[in-house]
Amino acid sequence: MPEQKLTGAQIVIKALKDQGVDIIFGYPGGAVLPIYDAIFQQNDIKHILVRHEQAAVHAAEGYARSTGKVGCVLVTSGPGATNAVTGLLDALCDSIPLVCLSGQVPTHLIGNDAFQEADTTGITRPCTKHNYLVKDVNQLARTMHEAFYVARSGRPGPVLVDIPKDVQFADGTYIPPTEVKHKTYRPQVKPEIARVEEAIELIANAKRPIFYTGGGVVNAGPIAAKLLTQFVKMTGFPITSTLMGLGAFPASDPQWLGMLGMHGTYEANLAMYNCDVMINIGARFDDRVTGKLSEFAPGSKKIHVDIDPSSINKNVAVDIPIVGDAGAVLEDMIRIWKARQKRADQTALKEWWGQVEGWRARNCLNYNRTEAVIKPQYALERLREALRGKNHYVTTEVGQHQMWAAQFLPFDEPNRWMTSGGLGTMGYGLPAAIGAQLAHPDAIVVDVSGEASFLMNMQEIGTAVQYRAPVKIFILNNKYMGMVRQWQELLHGSRYSNSYSEALPDFVKLAESWGCVGLRATTVAEVDEVIEKMLAVTDRPCIIDIAVDPKENCFPMIPGGKAHNEILFGPEDSPSDATPEDGMVLV
Amino acid sequence: MEEKIEKHTIAVLVDNEPGVLARVIGLFSGRGYNIESLTVAEVNNADHLSRITLVTSGTRMVVEQIKAQLDRLVPVHKVHDLTDEGPSVERELALVKVAGTGDRRIEALRLADIFKAKVVDATLTSFVFELTGTTAEVDDFVGLMAQLGLVEASRTGVVAMSKGATGF
Ligand SMILES: Cc1cc2nc3c(=O)[nH]c(=O)nc-3n(C[C@H](O)[C@H](O)[C@H](O)COP(=O)(O)OP(=O)(O)OC[C@H]3O[C@@H](n4cnc5c(N)ncnc54)[C@H](O)[C@@H]3O)c2cc1C
Ligand SMILES: Cc1ncc(C[n+]2csc(CCOP(=O)(O)OP(=O)(O)O)c2C)c(N)n1
Ligand SMILES: [Mg+2]
Repeated sequence: MPEQKLTGAQIVIKALKDQGVDIIFGYPGGAVLPIYDAIFQQNDIKHILVRHEQAAVHAAEGYARSTGKVGCVLVTSGPGATNAVTGLLDALCDSIPLVCLSGQVPTHLIGNDAFQEADTTGITRPCTKHNYLVKDVNQLARTMHEAFYVARSGRPGPVLVDIPKDVQFADGTYIPPTEVKHKTYRPQVKPEIARVEEAIELIANAKRPIFYTGGGVVNAGPIAAKLLTQFVKMTGFPITSTLMGLGAFPASDPQWLGMLGMHGTYEANLAMYNCDVMINIGARFDDRVTGKLSEFAPGSKKIHVDIDPSSINKNVAVDIPIVGDAGAVLEDMIRIWKARQKRADQTALKEWWGQVEGWRARNCLNYNRTEAVIKPQYALERLREALRGKNHYVTTEVGQHQMWAAQFLPFDEPNRWMTSGGLGTMGYGLPAAIGAQLAHPDAIVVDVSGEASFLMNMQEIGTAVQYRAPVKIFILNNKYMGMVRQWQELLHGSRYSNSYSEALPDFVKLAESWGCVGLRATTVAEVDEVIEKMLAVTDRPCIIDIAVDPKENCFPMIPGGKAHNEILFGPEDSPSDATPEDGMVLV
Repeated sequence: MEEKIEKHTIAVLVDNEPGVLARVIGLFSGRGYNIESLTVAEVNNADHLSRITLVTSGTRMVVEQIKAQLDRLVPVHKVHDLTDEGPSVERELALVKVAGTGDRRIEALRLADIFKAKVVDATLTSFVFELTGTTAEVDDFVGLMAQLGLVEASRTGVVAMSKGATGF
């Protein structure tokens, strides 16, 4: 039987289908027209036309993080590819699996400074987990399948495939995913059992233990999150999580101490500081979490579970490193714990919980409740009440509102919370919300936003309108780049250099100009009203402009370079002596 | 606390595909690691495998991090720390051009003989020597030639291999 030949563009589409892709986010241009033509001639893959390539990547991130699948992006050469760069790095920093296809000038023009030529693989090399330039149409199918395998295996991340236009036109042979085995890439999933056994002994003998969990548990999938919950319940230990790990353990559980780190809770940070055994599962000792390294959990033995060996002993030296998938390791931990009939030291644990409860009683997230002005925390508390029991997803932009959202919106399941943690990309939230909404058409999707961040990708309202994605853009409008202003107060003598949001649009009229619903709250009484109206809108996006206290700052806060026990609780804590010289240089 | 800086020779087996060297070098420059020398060439034509030999230095934690970072590059097959894994041999090749006449010329030739350097080009006023040896031997030879009319030296950097019967 003669082999069936397909064009490169058809091979791309067939590979996407065979990889289970149902949505691709993209923007056309000369160098990808053959692929767009192939998209036109089929119905299995829905193409979502964004308004800027950066947003295509963030939308794919929102899609990926909310479904656990690989997100998919299509951009043209040159400016299309360079516009995607921020999104790719965002996905790399947060371990989000993506495949980004980019068009390239025809192979014979590569290197000639051709029209819309960019050295895309060169530019994206440090922004992707891996990338490919496909010069031979007969390598295209294999490369596509490899790209998906690399994106989702081990520590997930973005993979870019650069496809010259002549390769898209050329005829070649297709091979299915089953025939592709990667030559080198085999991440270790199963842990070394001896290490897990060592860990179990340490855990069982702990007096002041704490679980510190991260995005790796979310990456490992919902079953891993269930296993985590099961193991934490079996031990009775307190648990805290990073910004990226929120939801993997139910926030409604009494063992949950809230987020840790720079804007984490008092109880989480003090429990970390005073623990004798730390069980890190899928978190990477980020500087926002550790604070001053020399005083990070100084008296503790540390267990670190991570699928990426390069995460281990990178910032913090640990006692028991375990390389493996969080789910696989937790399964082994539970099995060995049961088999050895382990039980935590109840007397010690009781005393430890007593201490933890003492810290919790400090009620560190308390804020000055007032009728005079809408406090951002209040708006989020009301949002929380309104969303309770409803099927919902939350994305955020970057800034104070992001931290308040992390503090005030609880998640009992993984994959419900999407935020740009590692890169901290303003403009992430709206496109990510669109991606999540398209993956979950019947759910409520809210982008908790700041007025400055919103402006960075607000063109995407057009996308949301076109595809009837009823995302809710919940703007905590403080008229400042609040997070920048807060740092200026702390470190730069309250000189508000360029952190005021001048010349803002009328967000309600802006919404109306797109045919969306625009709502505004300027008094405390109006907050519930606009939230109720917002939730009633189900056929189009909605922008909610909440005029919040422009002066409010985000607490608790551990200033850069300080230890976990040096926490600022509110404006009454003098900022002048808050940060040491060497902490000033930290971002 | 000042941590000790260690020097390590690392051998890396990679797919010989476009961009692989850029990935390795980009890793070092992007993360601020040292490269003291780097050599690369294809060693297995049929499977398109190249072997990279790297000499780097850093604290123990940084060296471990370098190996983990190299290992997670997708086209990397294997990473071996030859410094950690027991005795190994290390060699460099150098071409050294020396110009001069009279006693200096004779002295250069005499030293070349002691170092077992070969003459690969000669004119009435110059030599090009080829020398193979350890980095220290090459350093010594180039240092001596500097006093006898050194024009230029070109060095390959270290290639290395573990001793004994087993391989990569
Ligand atoms: C303005 C701002 C303020 C911030 N403040 C805070 C703060 O106060 N507190 C805070 O926590 N963060 C904060 N962050 C976020 C912070 O910058 C980091 O993004 C975050 O702490 C990293 O989370 P993580 O350690 O869970 O790692 P992630 O980035 O989620 O990385 C996941 C880790 O798990 C591993 N992994 C992946 N898959 C698996 C698997 N299947 N099995 C096992 N391991 C796996 C990976 O190799 C990696 O090491 C802030 C960000 C911004 C923008
Ligand atoms: C693309 C990008 N540019 C700059 C920054 C630095 N930055 C961090 S927070 C912030 C201000 C955000 O303001 P806003 O969206 O209004 O949020 P707020 O802090 O006021 O809640 C800035 C400029 C960033 N994170 N991302
Ligand atoms: Mg703001």
